[in-house]
Amino acid sequence: MTIPRFWREFEHRYRLVGTKCPSCGRVYFPPRDVCPYCHRESVGKMKKYELKPTGKIYSYTVVHQDVPDFKFIKPYIMVLVEMDDGPKITGQLTDIEPEEVKIGMPVKAVFRRIREESASGIIEYGYKFVPL
Amino acid sequence: MVGIVTYGSYIPRYRIKVEEIARVWGEDPEDIKNGLYIYSKSVPGPDEDTATISVEALRNAMARKRPIGVGAVYVGSESHPYAVKPTATIVAEAAGLAPEVTAADYEFACKAGTAAMQTVMGMVKSGMIREGVAIGADTSQGAPGDALEFSAAAGGTAFVIGNENVIAEIKATYSITTDTPDFWRREGQDYPRHGGRFTGEPAYFRHVLDTSRKIMEIMKTKPEDYTYAVFHQPNGKFPSRAAKILGFKESQIKQGLIVPYIGNTYSGSMITGLSAILDISKPGDRILAVSFGSGAGSDAFHIEITNEMENFRRENAPAVWNQIERAKYIDYAYYAKFKKKIKMGE
Amino acid sequence: MRDVVIVGVGQTKYGEHWEKSLRSLVVEAGLRAIEDAGIYSKDIEAIYGGNMSAGSTTFQDHIGPLIADFTGLAINKIPALRIENGSASGAAAFHEGFAAVASGLYDTVLVGGVEKLTDVSMEEVTEVLSGEVDREWELFNGATLASLAALIARRYMLDYNVKREQIALMPVLSHKHGSLNPYAQFKNTLKVEDVLNSTMVADPLTMLDCAPVSDGASAVILTTIENAKKWKKDSIVKVKASSVASDYIALQSRENITRFDSVIEASRKAYKMAKLEPKDISFVEIHDAYSIFGLISLEDLGFFEKGKAGKYLEEGYGNLDSKLPINPSGGLKAKGHPVGATGVGQIVESILQLRKEAEKRQVSDPKNALTLNMGGSGGSAIVHILEVVK
Repeated sequence: MTIPRFWREFEHRYRLVGTKCPSCGRVYFPPRDVCPYCHRESVGKMKKYELKPTGKIYSYTVVHQDVPDFKFIKPYIMVLVEMDDGPKITGQLTDIEPEEVKIGMPVKAVFRRIREESASGIIEYGYKFVPL
Repeated sequence: MVGIVTYGSYIPRYRIKVEEIARVWGEDPEDIKNGLYIYSKSVPGPDEDTATISVEALRNAMARKRPIGVGAVYVGSESHPYAVKPTATIVAEAAGLAPEVTAADYEFACKAGTAAMQTVMGMVKSGMIREGVAIGADTSQGAPGDALEFSAAAGGTAFVIGNENVIAEIKATYSITTDTPDFWRREGQDYPRHGGRFTGEPAYFRHVLDTSRKIMEIMKTKPEDYTYAVFHQPNGKFPSRAAKILGFKESQIKQGLIVPYIGNTYSGSMITGLSAILDISKPGDRILAVSFGSGAGSDAFHIEITNEMENFRRENAPAVWNQIERAKYIDYAYYAKFKKKIKMGE
Repeated sequence: MRDVVIVGVGQTKYGEHWEKSLRSLVVEAGLRAIEDAGIYSKDIEAIYGGNMSAGSTTFQDHIGPLIADFTGLAINKIPALRIENGSASGAAAFHEGFAAVASGLYDTVLVGGVEKLTDVSMEEVTEVLSGEVDREWELFNGATLASLAALIARRYMLDYNVKREQIALMPVLSHKHGSLNPYAQFKNTLKVEDVLNSTMVADPLTMLDCAPVSDGASAVILTTIENAKKWKKDSIVKVKASSVASDYIALQSRENITRFDSVIEASRKAYKMAKLEPKDISFVEIHDAYSIFGLISLEDLGFFEKGKAGKYLEEGYGNLDSKLPINPSGGLKAKGHPVGATGVGQIVESILQLRKEAEKRQVSDPKNALTLNMGGSGGSAIVHILEVVK
């Protein structure tokens, strides 16, 4: 990923900043410029919204594939988390053993290294989840 | 009144036992345990570094009390993820404090965190900023097979320092600095080197004892006037001996002596001990906190807990000793992998 | 809208074609389709080529003219466009070809689909094929397409109390049929235990729940019913419905992850267009890129109640002699999944079946066929219904 492509998402990746539709109150992550439900009503009016970092595991899987960026941490756990603020977020679950994971488990978003461009390239940080 | 407005620590959950490291290098674990008074040390997960530890420590602090006007962010470490590019910018952004702050990284071996505290104290006192963040965190490196490998650990603590809603007033600080090459790492080298027994008397003890005695002289206090004392903890032996020489009892240093279980978290070391003390201290308690950084220097702080501690939401973030207990032990192979000591192919 | 019919089909065998390039694969399939239609190069007025990843694997973009060039059609200066829509690129190209003939813009078009994946390493293939999920918010965090399928499978098993063994019935069925198809990548049959004991990919899904990495190409010729009559074709199959639907690209944005709203919507429109209902369908070719996709799709297409697909497969649905034969070709799992070719290949199989040329895997006396080609984790779905005219 090129530097600007990553850099422009810092706020969202670092702090779970999404958007909220002022018309219907729905919270979106990642941020959207338009609310799919309110559409024109929401254009230009979507508000930044920092999500509470907590939620519950909606589904999970343990990934055994050789994914170039994640080979070093294989097998890794992917979770779909239903955030307390409403949206679902896909991320890794860390600091836990695969056999301990359960659907419904409360989790919290934390700040972790996601990948690095190369040994000399930039380090890309973002959110992962840990058991609460 | 300048002092600590809020504080938070973060210790990675992985640990390696002294026995496991000793097994690989043919050392006697009992020698290490008796000699260094260390049983295990913390190991950062493969997705953790000084920036992530700093952010989590600061978030723990901010969960306890939301700062009202942070104007500076300083991160002290000897293991910044980048050689050039500040950790403080990452931390400021991730904590939502950017862009209206001044920020920089500090390095002074194990006392970069307390150097950051002093800087922020000065800025607050002068009125330059309302509040400032001072962090000490490390994912320190010990060369495989070196004595340092038994202690070089990972963790960190963040303080918001200001002069409103202060829970722990810093009534005085005093420092000593000399050019004492007891421990160093040259640019481009993966691991630090040290002067062996030279790190003891002329380095650690001389600096720690001198600052401690001097600050007590300034404050007209004696060891028995303090509820707690905490000294830099390169191992369990040094701070225990320093405390004894100065006349402190074991009961005064026990709460802050965390090194036997998590090792030396370098820039996070003494201040994470201090954080453990803040976890249980009550209004009126006095704390003597003394750091040491190789190279060498020592910063001493005389701290008094205020009544504001009664309103402070300590329970909003995990206490240090709870984090210490949250341990997952790994073997040397995983440790080597997590610490990226394994040479990888293209 | 004019009636559109299919008068020629061609395909390569699907699998690892070490000796063949992207262009040689598409030429092979294209020329077979032209041959099968019995027409001449001058009859073809436009080309629509489905391809997902040539740009990322071989750095070859501008696939439209490349296909025109090496199928010998560039000399006629006809339009040749590459259509990319993830794993549904092939059906998307077919949809475009259909729309062009139906609208009267062109009378006769060649629709092709091609993918060449074995020119890059397995790791790169995983990365490239994950280009059809949301790269910024799914793949960046480590969510490959297989892991998204696994997230769906885990939740599906919980919500509908489905046993892992029932999900494994999908690849078992596809392999059973693939073993009878000379064009299929895999000719071996599987048992449920084989699927369960295979190498774990993203648990609960194993390697045998996932379609393979394949090279291959497929092609068809679309024209008007008048042309088909003029060319005296023995068998004429009409496109009764061509329907595309999209959904949120990222799984996380969907309200419900155990159904594919894109499939529900595309099939609803298709049934309406064809004036048919699920019970009228003779057989289906569905998108079993992952076993779980196949099961859920069968429900979303209206064949089985929610959560019951596995139970129906247990009862024998899906077999060639059953009420609803599923994936007689062997599906994506056994016939293979050369991404851009897959959707066109499903049409090719349907034509062979409807012409009763499917030999050992022939469905008995089919009147019509439904195909489902999906993009990503359900970000898009394309349904076609074909019916024998003569």
